[in-house]
Amino acid sequence: MTAEHTLGGALAAEGRIPAERVALVDLLDRLLSGGVALSGDLVLSIADIDLVHISLRLLITSVGELDVLERYGDE
Amino acid sequence: MAESGSYLYAVARDIGDVPACLTGVAETAVRAVARGGLTAYVSTVPLTQFGEDALRRNLEDLAWLEATARAHHRVVGGVARAAPTAPVRLVTVYSGDEQVCRLLEDRSEEFGTVLSNVAGRQEWGVKVYVDPKDAVSSEPADEGGTGARRPGTAYLKRRRTSLRSRESTWRAAVERAEEIDAALTAVAVAARRHHTQDPQLSGRDDWMVLNGAYLVDAGRGQEFAALTGTLAGGGVDVQLTGPWAPYSFTAELGGQSTETRA
Repeated sequence: MTAEHTLGGALAAEGRIPAERVALVDLLDRLLSGGVALSGDLVLSIADIDLVHISLRLLITSVGELDVLERYGDE
Repeated sequence: MAESGSYLYAVARDIGDVPACLTGVAETAVRAVARGGLTAYVSTVPLTQFGEDALRRNLEDLAWLEATARAHHRVVGGVARAAPTAPVRLVTVYSGDEQVCRLLEDRSEEFGTVLSNVAGRQEWGVKVYVDPKDAVSSEPADEGGTGARRPGTAYLKRRRTSLRSRESTWRAAVERAEEIDAALTAVAVAARRHHTQDPQLSGRDDWMVLNGAYLVDAGRGQEFAALTGTLAGGGVDVQLTGPWAPYSFTAELGGQSTETRA
């Protein structure tokens, strides 16, 4: 069990975790690949941006099982 | 050309009042746009920050991305505590409130379905890590023998053995993750998986084998949280996050969201 788990468990009773305590990476999992993705009539949505050129693309890129195996295998 | 747009955070069941004191992205005020029983939460954002070219630059800026993501999350969270809510993906900008109204009219049935699915429910995140050092079975090393005479062969043999044991460790870890996922899914009403996080981002050396999201009835939240605590152990770490607004369970409307499982 970890501190984060304990925190989550304790705050579950209160019904929420303060926004500041949410890890950015967990938040971006949800904000970049979750949520309603809309199209049409938009000025802009994140889908219009070429994410390939975003240096933070790792945030939303799958780390495949093979990649992980290779990475650790090469250590 | 327009200089501002309407940034959309979330669509909720019409609850009358805007939750008080909501500040949105780029320090803008959040307001409600209501139509046909639905309320959209929006703020007016400058296209100098949220236009296409500006956004291309800004998304490269981790500080900007973090501030924007946290502000978006704060608004979504505030709304979700007050009413059934469908969060909208980060950075969705309309040319004005008229277009947002049209969205509420055109997609009212779909929004209604999604909001019924998430009403009275919360999303929980569960991440499962396996430490390969704890879990690796200790296979006997090739001492002496070939090693002394033919170091190259010994190296290759060691490396093959090491790769094999890592592979079997990985397979065992994935199996364990499947068991944990099944146990959690039994308590949840729906489950989704996010991609596993890169170790550079999670800040951990061990393997993330599950990055799941579970939609759970509000009344079973404590039960769910307690269950995650019982699933750790034996080199397996289970981390719980949440409750979250149902970010991972609004895919039905968008058509292309998180990976979906049956």
